Amino acid sequence: MTQRRIPYLILAPGLILLILFLVLPLISIIFPTFFDGGFTLAHYISFFMDDYNVGIFWRTIKISLIVTLVCVLLGVPTAYYISQSPKKWRGLLMSLTLFPLLTNSVVRSFAWITILGQGGVVNNTLMGLGVISEPLTLLYTEFAIIIGSVYLFLPLMIITLVGILENIETEIMEAAETLGANRLIAFVKVVLPLSVPGIIVGSILVFTGTMTAYTTPQLLGGNRNIMLATFLYQNATALGNWQGASVIALVMIVATLVVMKLFNVVAGRMDKRGEVSA
Amino acid sequence: MRKQIGLKIFAGLVFAFLFVPLLIIVVTSFGTNSTIQFPIQGFTLDWYGKVFENQSFVNSFLLSLQIAFWGTVLALLVGVPAAYSLARHSIFGRNWIKSFFLSPTIVPGLVVGYSLYQFIVIQLQFPLIQGLLLGHFLICLPYVIRVVGSTIEQLDGSIEEVSWTLGCTKLQAFMKVVLPNITSGIFASFMLAFINSFNNIPVSQFLSGPGVTMLPTSLMNYIEYNYDPSVSALSVILMLGTVVLMFVIEKTLGLASIS
Repeated sequence: MTQRRIPYLILAPGLILLILFLVLPLISIIFPTFFDGGFTLAHYISFFMDDYNVGIFWRTIKISLIVTLVCVLLGVPTAYYISQSPKKWRGLLMSLTLFPLLTNSVVRSFAWITILGQGGVVNNTLMGLGVISEPLTLLYTEFAIIIGSVYLFLPLMIITLVGILENIETEIMEAAETLGANRLIAFVKVVLPLSVPGIIVGSILVFTGTMTAYTTPQLLGGNRNIMLATFLYQNATALGNWQGASVIALVMIVATLVVMKLFNVVAGRMDKRGEVSA
Repeated sequence: MRKQIGLKIFAGLVFAFLFVPLLIIVVTSFGTNSTIQFPIQGFTLDWYGKVFENQSFVNSFLLSLQIAFWGTVLALLVGVPAAYSLARHSIFGRNWIKSFFLSPTIVPGLVVGYSLYQFIVIQLQFPLIQGLLLGHFLICLPYVIRVVGSTIEQLDGSIEEVSWTLGCTKLQAFMKVVLPNITSGIFASFMLAFINSFNNIPVSQFLSGPGVTMLPTSLMNYIEYNYDPSVSALSVILMLGTVVLMFVIEKTLGLASIS
């Protein structure tokens, strides 16, 4: 009898800590957003009735979508190249991909401040060449957030994809070429479909990561290009609007879950082998 | 295999995109000008000295090390038995519980920190630093469950059964047979959890205050008001730290174990 309880007993500390310090805190901030005398959705309705809030919501979705697309476009060929290189090279290339991923994201965002800023590398170069006479506004724009986020998440996409693409045998590509497909067609018709599971997992990571990121929009977006996470922080600190911050918190959680579900549905349609878990 | 020139150039450009920005940081850290410039004028190592003279960088670095270490240790203490239980026993609702253990990765980091701050620090009046430690424990736990869990699943269960037959209690079998066989998984999850906790910003963002600031947050606050090469110098130091850690992992486990 006691023997049978042991598995549950050794699970218990973890479960209790998660309930006490993850679930309860979440409930404690989200519960009040549904009560105002009685049960109400008013806070959420008014959040989505406000053009300013909706603007931030859609900007966040739009930026996440663009970042994910760019990461797929840049990531798939690169991951394919890595997966097809000789073993010795592959280890080195994987280390090179891993390095940025393990480097602090403040450092990686800061790099783009030095590149895109008023006196940054791009403006200096263009002005030096006489292409422009006034510095361009590159930093504190949506463009800066997008490039910073691609920079942040591309290694993650590549590493996720290499894991999948390594299993594709070179013979398949050779067979396709022997059968008359040129390399580009073989890539699009053979490699791309086989990498769908990797693309889905990678896209979930990149999309939800960009959608909930705080560091990059804070450092590269400035005050005019607020995203959900920076909006939450601003509400809680500068505006002292805890209720509003909690509403945004739940919006972010729900959006994350919806995105994961959507990607899995798409994956299920494209690949009948079953759901991909993130 | 024939050379795929187009693909090679494409991959080369992508790697250039990944590394040129980091190289620019390295170069700017040596500039003599008091604001960041590229290309630089002159050459100096003074900014590296400035980093160590900056008390808030030093203090927050020490705090980051401690929080990341203890957060990871706590996650291991709680997570290794849990991962073992999930892998070896027929637990009711096993998949559900496993997803629950991995769920801190689904909740956005800023929300984790915000809710801990509201509940633990404001309502329950815990000291800020305990909230911070708990937040980082939550970052670390999923890595332990995932990596140690898969290591245990790959371990042949029959060797445990043999040790039971030879008279070991379940606890002895776990300590003497299972644990020595999963050290690589434990070490890999330790590294992953430690690095991710050390680098994390969103979770710590609300859980910081006077004297309780993690290094990335401290660096971020500094960048908001300063634009001098000491930021580049600190960035280079952090990159060197990454290189050292990667080297250690490569020599012990192989980098493949964490990617």
